[in-house]
Amino acid sequence: MFNSIQELVALAQDGGVPLWQVMLSQEAEVTGRGQEEILEEMAGNYRVMKEAAKAGIQGVTTHSGMCGGDAKRLYDYLEKGSVLTDSTLLKAVCYAIATNEVNAAMGRVCATPTAGSAGVLPGVMLAMQEKYYLPDSAIVRHLFTAGAIGFVIANRASISGAAGGCQAEIGSASAMAAASVTELAGGTPHQAAHAMALALKNMLGLVCDPLAGLVEVPCIKRNAAGASNALVTAEMALAGIESKIPWDEVIEAMHQIGCAMPVTFKETAQGGLAATPTGEEWKRLLWS
Amino acid sequence: MPYRSVFEIIGPVMIGPSSSHTAGAVRLGQLARGIFGEEPGEITVRFYGSFAQTYRGHATDVAVVAGLLNFQTDDARIPDSLEHARERGISVSLIPEADPPQHPNTLAMELANGANTLRVTGVSLGGGAVRLTELEGFPLNLTGENPAILILHLDTPGVVAAVTARLAQNEINISHMGLSRRGRGKVALMVIETDQAVPKEVAAELMGARHVIRVALLQG
Repeated sequence: MFNSIQELVALAQDGGVPLWQVMLSQEAEVTGRGQEEILEEMAGNYRVMKEAAKAGIQGVTTHSGMCGGDAKRLYDYLEKGSVLTDSTLLKAVCYAIATNEVNAAMGRVCATPTAGSAGVLPGVMLAMQEKYYLPDSAIVRHLFTAGAIGFVIANRASISGAAGGCQAEIGSASAMAAASVTELAGGTPHQAAHAMALALKNMLGLVCDPLAGLVEVPCIKRNAAGASNALVTAEMALAGIESKIPWDEVIEAMHQIGCAMPVTFKETAQGGLAATPTGEEWKRLLWS
Repeated sequence: MPYRSVFEIIGPVMIGPSSSHTAGAVRLGQLARGIFGEEPGEITVRFYGSFAQTYRGHATDVAVVAGLLNFQTDDARIPDSLEHARERGISVSLIPEADPPQHPNTLAMELANGANTLRVTGVSLGGGAVRLTELEGFPLNLTGENPAILILHLDTPGVVAAVTARLAQNEINISHMGLSRRGRGKVALMVIETDQAVPKEVAAELMGARHVIRVALLQG
């Protein structure tokens, strides 16, 4: 099994295959299952991602009543046709928020890599599918690229907010999505790895400070940040921009930051936004 | 390397809001239920670390109970698991603890049904992956990905040989094995992970073997 981005990219380059193929082959080898069967399971997961995003843009209210309806607001704004940046970018952001609103409403999502960050990858991939009129199969393959990146981060650092802060969740999700979309757009494994590193670097140090211990504020909107960061860093990597810090060193830096991060900022709802007067008020309203 | 499959990263399909605090807690409940072997009549869950601080907002409480009721991570009944438990006459106690845990996402389950009791502790690693870390005070390292057989027995020569011989006769290959004991000649726990599922009949036979106190199966 590959245990670093360096190894992952080398396997792809030696075999003359994309990153997603390395992940798919390893999965088949480790589990003894056929590649078709594995692709079919991933296609099922992608259907779940699509359903969640679709449900979210209809407008949902979260379990606590604290959030909801923002995906619909953004969708309606997009429909009006006058946006500052670009409709693909905003669609990715819209679907990311939609997915996480559904998650916070205790709806059904696919964790990518976690539920709190479940909007980032689907948001980006759904926007790409619509932009380029791609079949599901093209997207499903590239979910393995994301899987490969997340696999290395999870094994070398963490994908848990309680262990590594939000950088480990939204940061990892953004890095996974950046690599995926780079490869989907025709980038090399080398470029995809740089997109991963550029995306993760932008998220280093991000703390996990959820209001009232819910996965709502700031989690939902951070999915928007993760999705847009993924698209921006993918564009940079496709332009030939490289991370000055080698790929695996960025992951190690994230791990070290997570270890040194005080426990108040690691999914305990005791610091940051959770400890603001408004955060304390929500905690009191909901739980006392 | 704790993560081995791409579906631990792109997955699980689950009811929100948290893969570690909701889906992971369902999974820990399912594993404990599997070892317990029947529906518990009494459930006590103690939450530690991040779990103790955010278990209500992250739905860890309803999730672990859902797992103990054998619901899957994407079961729409998860938010209402406490009502389901009540309807089934199961008493549930949920207790946040202040003690600092080894891992930030730790929970301990105490299950009972008449004379059948079980104490098991687990941690949620992130993204839905979990590990059982303690059973009846014995250290444990089980992810539940592979089938396993757990045997509480007296620390006496020949017990391990009898168990492994029975597995071999049934063409069951051992992938990993661990042994720990309270002291020489005292109670010991044998944990055997296998490539094939261990049939119930084999477990029942082992239950009848000399010096064996308890046998539990975990299907991967």
